[in-house]
Amino acid sequence: MMGFPILSLMLLVPLIAAVACLLANANAARLIALAATLIDLALGILLWANYDIGGAQWQFTERAPLFAGFQWALGIDGIALMLIMLTVFLMPICIGASWKSIQSRVGEYMAAFLLMETLMIGVFTAQDLFLFYIFFEAGLIPMYLIIGVWGGADRIYASYKFFLYTLLGSVLMLIAMLWMANDAGTTDIPTLMAYDFDPAAQKWLWLAFFASFAVKMPMWPVHTWLPDAHVQAPTAGSVILAGVLLKMGGYGFIRFSLPMFPEASAQFAWLIIGLSMMAVAYTSLVALVQTDMKKLIAYSSVAHMGIVTVGLFAFNRQGLEGAMIVMLSHGLVSGALFMAVGVIYDRLHTREIDRYGGLSINMPYYALFFMVFTMASVGLPGTSGFVGEFLALIGIYQVSSWVTFVCATGVILGAAYMLYLYRRVAFGDQKHADAAAMPDLDWREWAMMAPIAAAVLWMGVYPESFLSPMRADIAALDARLARVKPEGDAKLRVGMPKVPAPADLEGAH
Amino acid sequence: MDWSQSLRLVAPEELLSIAGLVLLLVAAWGGDRAARAITWLSVAAIAACAVLVAPALCSGASGPDTLAFNGQYRADAFASFAKLLIYAAAGASLIVAPAFFERVKAMRAEYPILILFAVLGMGMMVSAADLITLYIGLELNSLSAYVLAAFLRSDDRSAEAGLKYFVLGALASGILLFGMSLTYGFTGTTSFAGISTALHGGLSHGALFGITFMLAGLAFKISAVPFHMWTPDVYEGAPTPVTTFFATAPKVAALTLTMRVALDAFGSQAHAWQQIVIFAALASIVVGALGAIGQQNIKRLLAYSSINNVGFMLIGLAAATPKGASAMLVYLAIYVAMSVGGFVAVLMLKDADGAPVENIADLAGLSRHRKVLSLCIAMVMFSLAGIPPLFGFWGKFVVFQAAVQAGMVPLAAVGIAASVIGAFYYIKIVKILYFDEPAMKAVGKSDWMHQALLAISALVISPAGYLLTVWLGHYANSAAAALFGAV
Repeated sequence: MMGFPILSLMLLVPLIAAVACLLANANAARLIALAATLIDLALGILLWANYDIGGAQWQFTERAPLFAGFQWALGIDGIALMLIMLTVFLMPICIGASWKSIQSRVGEYMAAFLLMETLMIGVFTAQDLFLFYIFFEAGLIPMYLIIGVWGGADRIYASYKFFLYTLLGSVLMLIAMLWMANDAGTTDIPTLMAYDFDPAAQKWLWLAFFASFAVKMPMWPVHTWLPDAHVQAPTAGSVILAGVLLKMGGYGFIRFSLPMFPEASAQFAWLIIGLSMMAVAYTSLVALVQTDMKKLIAYSSVAHMGIVTVGLFAFNRQGLEGAMIVMLSHGLVSGALFMAVGVIYDRLHTREIDRYGGLSINMPYYALFFMVFTMASVGLPGTSGFVGEFLALIGIYQVSSWVTFVCATGVILGAAYMLYLYRRVAFGDQKHADAAAMPDLDWREWAMMAPIAAAVLWMGVYPESFLSPMRADIAALDARLARVKPEGDAKLRVGMPKVPAPADLEGAH
Repeated sequence: MDWSQSLRLVAPEELLSIAGLVLLLVAAWGGDRAARAITWLSVAAIAACAVLVAPALCSGASGPDTLAFNGQYRADAFASFAKLLIYAAAGASLIVAPAFFERVKAMRAEYPILILFAVLGMGMMVSAADLITLYIGLELNSLSAYVLAAFLRSDDRSAEAGLKYFVLGALASGILLFGMSLTYGFTGTTSFAGISTALHGGLSHGALFGITFMLAGLAFKISAVPFHMWTPDVYEGAPTPVTTFFATAPKVAALTLTMRVALDAFGSQAHAWQQIVIFAALASIVVGALGAIGQQNIKRLLAYSSINNVGFMLIGLAAATPKGASAMLVYLAIYVAMSVGGFVAVLMLKDADGAPVENIADLAGLSRHRKVLSLCIAMVMFSLAGIPPLFGFWGKFVVFQAAVQAGMVPLAAVGIAASVIGAFYYIKIVKILYFDEPAMKAVGKSDWMHQALLAISALVISPAGYLLTVWLGHYANSAAAALFGAV
């Protein structure tokens, strides 16, 4: 364990860079933002390299009694480590994606993004209930500005909807947190994770947290802000929204709802599972009929998040591990898909699927990358999507075969809408001359796409690198949930071995 | 208790009275040419008073040693906390005034002197330990305030604001006085300690009426719903430096006075007034939020915002615990910083000729040409909405924490859910500043004094403000302890 406050430093670097960006001109702001995100990426790699797998549950902990009523308390476990890695990995790519497409008010844009990075890392590292809330809620401000200032035509409606929906979701969580801090007498998250609240109170607390995380996740039927926000946000905004912000909901469930309120979680598991089944089946169908590429990917996000919640509320190790891998994989894949949309949007300024076609002829490398990410989204073995979905479905299969059946249709429908999208964009005739004249990827776009593709394949071929830091934490959570584990519906019985009759034995000779 | 002890306890009020009278004489001979000098002398007098009251807060003064004039007046840590906030707010309102009034050639020496007398009245309000002291302080403050509202006498809106404020303020004083007379009639005493003792056994119907009418009269002064109607008109019509003053200092004084009346005099019958306060709190939050949505004028919008904020503070009062009182004080301190920031920003919005720009639509796209000013306004808006990491969140946080600790979870849940309605109009301002195409109306230069004040308030409400929480919480707790120690 290092005594060096690396987590505080990771929070501070983008924050200082954000202030610098506000004062700098456009080109300088771009360079500052890129440098700061790369420094954070380097710090992240250092963090992973120094993370002691099998060591203490909470590592790199920092405590400073700076405030009244709560503490500056940071620390990570394996789950948080993976999500931080996802954040710092995607951020430089986001800056790259905005390099040319953002031309107005560059300094403010970069500042908003860097502030966002600070807050996202803060959410995953906070070890104090209220510090977590502050980071969690503060993310609304930069995201509101990113959507509202640099978004598409209908950006104002989308930004309001995003802001008010998520705010309403999370204020009730604050009241629940206040009650918890009052009841348990501490705001320390690790302590609270082992604290047993009264089961009657847990019900209300769970619902309050659910209101917040379900909106953030987003779960059906409170997902409607997501397609609007995604479609209107600039490319990098969509990447960060899909890649990291949606993961805060899943992280919330895994960090708060499940370990702090196990009884209530078990009691409401049917609610989560019902909504998730609805999300998987219904939003997949909705995705099938979209004509706007970003909207299609947004609905596919809702469907994938359904698999995450199902995995989480399976109350077993495979389900939890699967949910985490789906989150990481979806963070990479949906981010990459939004970037792929951004690449052709920058050239033709439309997201209508019909305006493209036959891109594999004039943009072969683009078509290749798009293919990799499409396959990863579908869940083809060898890509990250397969590992996560497979584990999550195994997890839920131990609880209910019917739920597994419904969720597995999501995988099939996912293949349908993604392959259909790919066919319309990349294959077929070159219907439009302007689309046919688009140049292939330049080196900047290569540099954005290639690392994500490599990570997707790595996670698909050797998921152990990503699972091993989380294993002990998921085992601890699984042990905590053991007392409320639901009984499976499979009713497996151990059969009696067939005793061979003497006559058969003789006949065998 | 001898006279010298009493006179020592009321030293800040003596200083203010003498300063006010002397400066009045200076003004009579010096005329308006001396206005700027008198303004600065008044600021100096207020600063000297702050030095005089600070020790009581630092030592957490409470108990019988803080009583002056046979229990008429109390100079404890609670009063000190409130006075320091009042002095800060009044000082800010004085500093911003010359630049505003000189443009319309209305910088007269009466302005700082009226502010001094209003501050004197407010000092008496927050130190009152007797109904008579309370009323004298309140009227001294109100009479100065009526004149201040109508200070631009040639301006119709200002004259209208002054008249409205006077008529409705007089009505409120009447209601308050009626409540006081009922309370006196049914308890037989005017001192807070005596009333508290008399009500200990039980509550007669007459005393209940007394409590209700007194709270109604005070609700007028803090502009809580349903007695809030005058606020938008007065805030809009009064000259902006005066509005800055109204939104801050008298709010602090009236709210702390309400706390003292409710928690000290009527503290033994908390359940009798708690439901009134709960209603006023929730109604203020909702009406303040809904009323603001349709506003076209930024000052009216900030008026509704202040109604909304009073609602949140009343949630702390509804808790009726020392924690709740401390939370209210913390909220008040943050509220003063936010309001000063907000109104100073409004003062800085001027067109090319220097005329004030108050129409919200004219602020469109301000972020393109006035980056720092827009950033500060956006910070004030997010802070008023209570979005972390801005400091406004902390005020709401402590208030709701107090409510939850007092077992009022449903109240806290409803209150915080209603705060989302308020968030809508705050983020609408941010939308106008940042998302819309520039209207290029507010292009005028601003005074460096205004810039400095705005910078200070912006620094306080920025996330750096959280570093103050330990310190602020400590003093608010000791002030609240002094308030409850007096019971």
